[in-house]
Amino acid sequence: MTKIKSAFENKKAFIAYLSAGDPDLETTEKLIYEMEKNGADLIEIGIPFSDPVAEGPVIQEADLRALKSGTTTEKIFDMVERIRPNVKIPLVFLTYCNSIFGYGTEKFTQKCEQIGIDGLIVPDVPYEEREELAPFCEKHNIDLIALVAPTSEERVYKIAKASQGFLYIVSSLGVTGVRDKIETDIEGIVKAAKSVSDIPCAIGFGISTPEQAEEMCKYADGVIIGSAIVKIIGQYGKDSIAPVGEYIRSIAKVCHNF
Amino acid sequence: MSKGRFGVHGGQYIPETLMNAVDDLEKEYEHYKNDRQFNKELTELYNEYAGRPSLLYYAGKMTEDLGGAKIYLKREDLNHTGSHKINNALGQALLARKMGKTRLIAETGAGQHGVATATVAALMGMECEIFMGKTDTERQALNVYRMELLGAKVHPVTSGTMTLKDAVNETFREWVSRIDDTHYVIGSVMGPHPFPTMVRDFQAVISREIKAQILEKEGRLPDAVLACVGGGSNAIGAFYHFIGDKNVRLIGCEAAGLGVDRPENAATMANGRLGIFHGMKSYFCQNEFGQIAPVYSISAGLDYPGIGPEHADLKDTGRAEYVPVTDEEAVNAFEYLSRTEGIIPAIESSHAIAHALKLAPTMGKDQIMVVNISGRGDKDVAAIARYRGVDIHD
Repeated sequence: MTKIKSAFENKKAFIAYLSAGDPDLETTEKLIYEMEKNGADLIEIGIPFSDPVAEGPVIQEADLRALKSGTTTEKIFDMVERIRPNVKIPLVFLTYCNSIFGYGTEKFTQKCEQIGIDGLIVPDVPYEEREELAPFCEKHNIDLIALVAPTSEERVYKIAKASQGFLYIVSSLGVTGVRDKIETDIEGIVKAAKSVSDIPCAIGFGISTPEQAEEMCKYADGVIIGSAIVKIIGQYGKDSIAPVGEYIRSIAKVCHNF
Repeated sequence: MSKGRFGVHGGQYIPETLMNAVDDLEKEYEHYKNDRQFNKELTELYNEYAGRPSLLYYAGKMTEDLGGAKIYLKREDLNHTGSHKINNALGQALLARKMGKTRLIAETGAGQHGVATATVAALMGMECEIFMGKTDTERQALNVYRMELLGAKVHPVTSGTMTLKDAVNETFREWVSRIDDTHYVIGSVMGPHPFPTMVRDFQAVISREIKAQILEKEGRLPDAVLACVGGGSNAIGAFYHFIGDKNVRLIGCEAAGLGVDRPENAATMANGRLGIFHGMKSYFCQNEFGQIAPVYSISAGLDYPGIGPEHADLKDTGRAEYVPVTDEEAVNAFEYLSRTEGIIPAIESSHAIAHALKLAPTMGKDQIMVVNISGRGDKDVAAIARYRGVDIHD
């Protein structure tokens, strides 16, 4: 079993996202510790990208703040390397293809392995283009986590089969961001995925409240929350450690008691 | 290797949410491109609505003045809506209608593609929303009002650098949120497969006509074809049917802004490197960490940090050449053509004219050059006046 799959053992997993370097990398470091302490089972560390096409305004602005504060891929690697010995839960990077390709895919994945990154989520690399990354990830023992969407239909089968670590189920059409309602047939997508693979399924996009998290736990093995956390970081900046911790606790409680 | 490749370039680097939509589009396009009825309708629209074929005009005064190659201008500026963009907008809208789509969305830089899309949407009774960088809505205010007159809703995009690249981002975001009834009319030979191929096919009418027209007038092929490149749709249109004719030089003229050595430029071929963005692998202006660079050009239509994948391959294979042209050179060419031939070209097309001014005198009088005038310059008059320090109320 990969380290990522272990996050789903005996419980519903809570996966928390933050954009690295928002508002600065020192705060990101403290936030990662705080997230683990309050029950996050896996952390997605966003490497900020100039043009995050799949993100809504909340994460777009966070990426922009991070880049403005001088955050680079190199500095994020240094930060992760520093904290990794103290963080037990799996850590994955979420970023756009050009952040990896522009840095050099071999160099990037080799570095990920060296500093203890367990997986990669790359929203602009669909199944058809996974060869762009897969051979490098394989070589360096990085799980390449695939996404399925409400529009995937029959594509769910091949994507679920190919995904590693977990399967990221995009709950709704559109970009990331808080939503009042999720209307997709999540249950159907999970059922299709489970028919071809024992991969854990986690749902993301639009989830923000403990009630929504609980609802999603009915269908899937975990929930992913990004924009709701990034919003708190945006609001409190360097002072966001305590409020983020509190928020993480409220969601983790629901997932772990489910 | 995945679908839609030009050498190593191209592909489909887009969020999963859109994959079935682009697959459908590819299937439908593959079907209709050989469908007799579809092609008949499209040709009728080209000829009866857009005013095709566009003229191939012998620029006698310019030829005489420069003292070198015989210069012909392909007058895409005379098309309905004033640029080559109508060729692609008509093709995609017709296809979208056949696919049962009722709503068109599009990005626009200078506004020419937005105007073309809004025009076609009005003609075909479709809903239309256009995304345009806020900076561009300001420098091309007239085109914004024109789109609104045509019944389109124009969204000023305030993210990022507020120019063409950000308008593309925002249109993708819109498409991801509403796919069922909506077709994204990408305005250039860029984006995920099948767009670069499909848009090229719709624009290839330009070189098909040039070839027939020059053979009729001169009885032989030209020695060089020049066109400006941003994303590269008018250039690929002007080049396409000459790619197999190895003796025809194909020259793309890209926007060097304040100069290729200055940060304020959009010269992707001169300064970019291989990357993956906006659905495609191609050349992009970017930093060492793959962050897309903010680019600059006086021309809102060329102000883009990437280039279509087929151009990237034409550069790799050496079949086409790409040269940088500065703002200053383009503005001079804008004024030159206005005074010499009585033709006010778009500032985008002026980049190609600027290179023609350098190249023509080095060629022999027995040689022939074709310059694609991709659009007309009415929309740029206010900006050129500003550039020259003239205060007019536009």
